[in-house]
Amino acid sequence: MSRKLNYREAMREAMHEALVADPRVFLMGEDVGRYGGTYAFSKGFLDEFGPERIRDTPLSELGFVGAGIGAALGGMRPIVEVMTVNFSLLALDQIVNTAAAYRHMSGGQFSVPLVIRMTTGAGRQLAAQHSHSLEGWYAHIPGIKVLAPATIEDARGMLAPALADPDPVVIFEHAGLFNMEGELPDDWTVDIRSAKVRRVGRDVAIITHGGSLPKAMQAAEQLAAAGIEAEVVDLRVLRPLDTATIAASVAKCHRAVVVDEGWRTGSLAAEVMARIMENVFYELDAPVARVCSEEVPIPYARHLEAAALPQPEKIVAAVKEMLG
Amino acid sequence: MTDAEIRAVALATLLSIAPEVEADQLRGDRPLRNQVDLDSMDWLNFLLGLHEKLKVDIPEADYARLITLDDVVAYLQKKLGAG
Amino acid sequence: MIEFKLPALGSDMDEGTLLEWKVGVGDTVKKGQVMAIVDTTKAAVDIESWQEGTVYQLIAEIGQKMPVGTLMATLLEAGETAPAGVGAGSLCAPGIPLRGQVTAKPMPTAAPAVAIAAPAAAPAAAPAPATRRMVSPAARKHAEEKGVDLDRITGTGPRGAVTLEDVEAAAALKQAPAAKVADKAAEKLADMRKTIAAAMSRSKREIPHYYVAEDIPLAKALAWLQAANAQRSMAERLLPAALLLKAVALALKRYPELNGYWRQENGNAGFVPVAAINLGVAISLRQGGLIAPALLHAEHKPLTLLMQELTDLVKRTRAGSLRSSEMSEATITVTNLGDQGSLAVFGVITPPQVALVGFGRIAERPWADNGGLKVLPVVTASLSADHRVSDGHRGALFLLELNDLLQRPEELDQ
Repeated sequence: MSRKLNYREAMREAMHEALVADPRVFLMGEDVGRYGGTYAFSKGFLDEFGPERIRDTPLSELGFVGAGIGAALGGMRPIVEVMTVNFSLLALDQIVNTAAAYRHMSGGQFSVPLVIRMTTGAGRQLAAQHSHSLEGWYAHIPGIKVLAPATIEDARGMLAPALADPDPVVIFEHAGLFNMEGELPDDWTVDIRSAKVRRVGRDVAIITHGGSLPKAMQAAEQLAAAGIEAEVVDLRVLRPLDTATIAASVAKCHRAVVVDEGWRTGSLAAEVMARIMENVFYELDAPVARVCSEEVPIPYARHLEAAALPQPEKIVAAVKEMLG
Repeated sequence: MTDAEIRAVALATLLSIAPEVEADQLRGDRPLRNQVDLDSMDWLNFLLGLHEKLKVDIPEADYARLITLDDVVAYLQKKLGAG
Repeated sequence: MIEFKLPALGSDMDEGTLLEWKVGVGDTVKKGQVMAIVDTTKAAVDIESWQEGTVYQLIAEIGQKMPVGTLMATLLEAGETAPAGVGAGSLCAPGIPLRGQVTAKPMPTAAPAVAIAAPAAAPAAAPAPATRRMVSPAARKHAEEKGVDLDRITGTGPRGAVTLEDVEAAAALKQAPAAKVADKAAEKLADMRKTIAAAMSRSKREIPHYYVAEDIPLAKALAWLQAANAQRSMAERLLPAALLLKAVALALKRYPELNGYWRQENGNAGFVPVAAINLGVAISLRQGGLIAPALLHAEHKPLTLLMQELTDLVKRTRAGSLRSSEMSEATITVTNLGDQGSLAVFGVITPPQVALVGFGRIAERPWADNGGLKVLPVVTASLSADHRVSDGHRGALFLLELNDLLQRPEELDQ
């Protein structure tokens, strides 16, 4: 029996399950305890699991991410919550120079089984210091895995394999998805290796992830009304990228539009496009297009924010231009 | 040979030179070269083809008398009868 | 090492498509032997070798479209040995093209073609044209698989790009044989029209034409012809065209400034006379368009031979099987409207030639002679000539010479 729940509930269930299942698991971050989590992901956890395992931290990303790394090295399985990706920049030194590098620098003697969760993306009028999509930067770093759950199933299922992974895993949760409701199938176990085709089509492959997935699905519906069958590929795992699934979809549809809420220059979208060129150039029937955010700090004003982000209409327009 | 047979040979020869000709559109009583685009080389080949198929010699002096398809058929019939 | 390159078969040819190799690697080739058949936009033409040797490499591939000057093959001269490290047959098996991306059609198994991308073959790569046609990679790949000629496809994609769908439509069309033949013929015709348009526009843009004309009575010539033909079997009879052509060739011997080419090289431009008189004979094609292949050395040929060659040339032109030398070596063009034509024609010179002689219809006309009036067969001969090379006075004298020669027909048969 599948059941209905929203993204927030799915993620809370996943953490709850992990805390119950494994005493090495603990949650650490700003406002995760008494406040119940900035987005209420950990509501009630403090009462249930106590302050040892649900730890409020000072506003010091560098400090508490570093503490998480230390705990992981000491045998724990920490879940560190960073309020937004913008704030994670303060912790980049710990993530990039320590967590990602430790296995390499120790010649394989030490690993860092750490999960870092952070909110990403715009759409809630939180302006230029809380709205950016920097997951492409993390996807650049060898030594970590980068996940972008964009469905109820992935929100429920990705945490367990992330915790089981011996290396650092960064999970990006798009704030625009938190209230999204959906059916969770009985078997919601998922892998953290592959991309998934969320909608089968034949005319164009729309390749996207995270908060842009629902927009791509809406665009595909609009295109279907115009007789264009778009295939939608959800990357899910941003590092390492599942090149085979991307290539197969492009080889089938012969056209591709990459949708990425990051800025276009040096973006994850650019990396996906490069892999398409490298692998399936001779299957292309048109230059690959992309729909990214405008190259501005995300604006506060609602209409300007909406204009700066990928939207279903922009995706539809890009596809139609490509089809001539 | 009947007139019809001679006409058939003449048309076949013509078609080998000008394949675009539609035989049923040709009028036998109108000048042939007004209806079919035949240059002097084509015309020579047409007469040469008739000569080879029917073993009839056509002196150059007679070329001027061969204007329409009907002329050609009548001329050849006379030549064949005489021979 | 002898390099066999695609020759320009006439000034209006920029490229050709290899249809067939007539030789294989290791074959001994004589001078004048046909090496390959190449499709210009006008006809399928036999390309001859100008040197003797042994075929070492066949570089061009069947179906390859290449610009003039492309290295098609290499030959070893007598006594020459193969360069070290580059074996004739060792680089790849016969029939397997290494540069497969340019193969538009499957190679017939009968053709002993070996394509070897030897280092020497580098110049064979076609230089990228200034504006490259937009063909999607998928369309290109699919076209190769289906043997579809991309140049014949109209692109319907964004900015006119040829898309997969366009190739599929073309491939479907290809499978309907009747439709394909009609289509090909129409395309061929359109190509020829383009070629003629380019050459004639260039001529009128670059060549300052002048025109002179002369009415020439043909009573004597035709009487002589009639007498001569009376002695001949039907197959050997001469057309007036043979007399006119021979007279032109002989007249040109005294006016060499009309027989040759205007050459422009390294900033130097000038006229280069040619000793041989190779008359380009304008031959119209039944489906439209025209070709002017050459009757070589017309000045030396007796009328019977000239007539035979003319008949043969017309036949082969219309069958689309001309030789490369016939396509490229005309030194002047003659256009003869024949007995169905109009009274006079003033033609456009075929560059790089510098003159064109035109004959109208031979018709009976009133002719003033010695204070009286007669009715005579008359032809109007015209000369279109390049004013950079000759002047109207010389052109007029040439026509008078032509007139004079046609009044002494018995002397033409030499």
